[in-house]
Amino acid sequence: MTQLLLFNVFNGLIVGAFYALMALGLSLILNLSGVINFAHGGFLAIGAYLAYSLIPYVGFWGALLIAPILTAMIGLLVERFLIRRLYQRDPLYSLLLTFGLAYILEDGTRMIWGAQSLPYVIPDWLTSPLSSEYFFLTGYRLFMVVLVAVAVGALFYILSRTRLGMRIRAGTADLETVSVLGVNVRLLRNLNFGLGIYLAGLAGVLAAGMLGLDPTIGSTLIMPSFVAIIVGGLGSLPGTLLGGLLIGVVSGITTVYFPSASEAVMYVMMGVVLLVRPRGLLGEEGRLQ
Amino acid sequence: MSALTRQRLSLALIWLALLTMPYWMNAVGGYTELGTRVLVLGLAAMALNFLLGFTGVLSFGHAAYFGLGAYGAGMAIKYLAPSTPLAIVIGVVLGTLAGAIIGALIVKLRGVYFAMVTIAFAQVFFFIAIRWNAVTGGDDGLTGWHRHALDLGFGKIDILNNDKAFYYLVLVLFAIAVGLMALLLRSPFGRTLLAIRENERRARFLGLPIEQHIWLSFVISCLFASLAGTLFALLSNFIDPHALHWSQSGNFVIMAVLGGMRSFWGPLVGAAIFVVLQDYVSSHTANWMSIIGLFFVLVVMFFPRGVLGMLRRKAKS
Repeated sequence: MTQLLLFNVFNGLIVGAFYALMALGLSLILNLSGVINFAHGGFLAIGAYLAYSLIPYVGFWGALLIAPILTAMIGLLVERFLIRRLYQRDPLYSLLLTFGLAYILEDGTRMIWGAQSLPYVIPDWLTSPLSSEYFFLTGYRLFMVVLVAVAVGALFYILSRTRLGMRIRAGTADLETVSVLGVNVRLLRNLNFGLGIYLAGLAGVLAAGMLGLDPTIGSTLIMPSFVAIIVGGLGSLPGTLLGGLLIGVVSGITTVYFPSASEAVMYVMMGVVLLVRPRGLLGEEGRLQ
Repeated sequence: MSALTRQRLSLALIWLALLTMPYWMNAVGGYTELGTRVLVLGLAAMALNFLLGFTGVLSFGHAAYFGLGAYGAGMAIKYLAPSTPLAIVIGVVLGTLAGAIIGALIVKLRGVYFAMVTIAFAQVFFFIAIRWNAVTGGDDGLTGWHRHALDLGFGKIDILNNDKAFYYLVLVLFAIAVGLMALLLRSPFGRTLLAIRENERRARFLGLPIEQHIWLSFVISCLFASLAGTLFALLSNFIDPHALHWSQSGNFVIMAVLGGMRSFWGPLVGAAIFVVLQDYVSSHTANWMSIIGLFFVLVVMFFPRGVLGMLRRKAKS
């Protein structure tokens, strides 16, 4: 029983790490541009499928490096030609636009790579269990946790130490002032969008190895990412990270005791959080309006 | 022609078209069921627009209340009693109750945050429908039931086998619902909703209880959306979790935008265009998702005011 519980907690932690990685990208875009990117899951799927196509040529490590960058480039183009035009309008429109994009991306991956799930090759030495007692501790899972930790660390480093990151944070607080101070806000939002999509692409490359490669991989991960943002608190990236891990672990634990509620439980949790603390666990005051 | 006569004329035309629909639908290449679907989804989109267009609150999760109404109706017939009116009542109560509870949780939130929370909450019911196999039929949907003839005491109306009879039942309920919404919007309550939409802060300074109004508007909107849901289930004698999925919520929003959010009848026009397009595209190509997605993008980019918004603008200039 303990082993089963441990297994599911660990599993939940990994899934939660994906939620967090995806939710961080969503959060970045939402905070700076006020756009809910419904197509985030579609970009995740693109990242995963690009990696699948690249692996035969450049190997797993090469794909891990290149696929997220390619995904981010597609994201930059989408922002430049579509989403940018909607910043001045009601947020409803950007939501509908990304909604349509989500359809197109999911159907597009299905058209290019087929509807069946595809085999996804990860290096052999990563797939074997590290311990016979804790069979679930495969190298790949451990590696994913480490990689997500590195990615999140890098993101927070970029945001707190580099010029771009400082501008993103400043823009989140007050975009108009940042613009008056001579920062190219259009470029800033463009790069910020690309950064968010990069995280989605990275999550895709990793998630495909664990969840299997399927055109709907993105749409199954997008809703929990929303929940992660709401539970963690709007406007707070550490909150988003915490929210993602938390709902992953909670739904992992629920899998042990009440498997059929493993998905619903995170929404119940969201309801409780909203009831007790409407701005989310680490949310900033005054962000709701 | 004055604005008032023009308004009355178009109103008369709309009702005339709806009243005679089953008789010309086949001639233009449609079928009665398609007409009923336009009416049902149009009602759902109009219910959503009560919130979206007339209160200015961005709800993106109306599939939840639509779907709850549908499941409520189906389960009432399957497990309780073979009565169509009972099914409608139970479905509406279920959807409205859920709307009242969730509305109370989210009424303080605004804008994108409100949208995100409504989307996420809608998923609860989706997962319940999928996982609670024994009761809901799970992924395959709720089968093994059908709508029953209406018993009026002195005679029966066979809405099961007669497509047209069912269409007129839907039309009657549609007319009542739409009439009630129009009345509400004309009342002081409805004017207050418009004031909140235009300038929430000012409305608050006037001493209006904003949260209560938004909550009530949300509940009313859920009530009519769940009514549409019950009719949707009765229409196909079947319901599956797709009716609860977030893509269904998005479809309602695009119908409202496509027709024109600022006009009362806009969402019905949007629903008609959307339903016919979806019917055509999904029977002609397997890649209907891309086409519908592209349609979303095009509407947002080039048609944000919707059909009726554009017409009204032309009439003014």
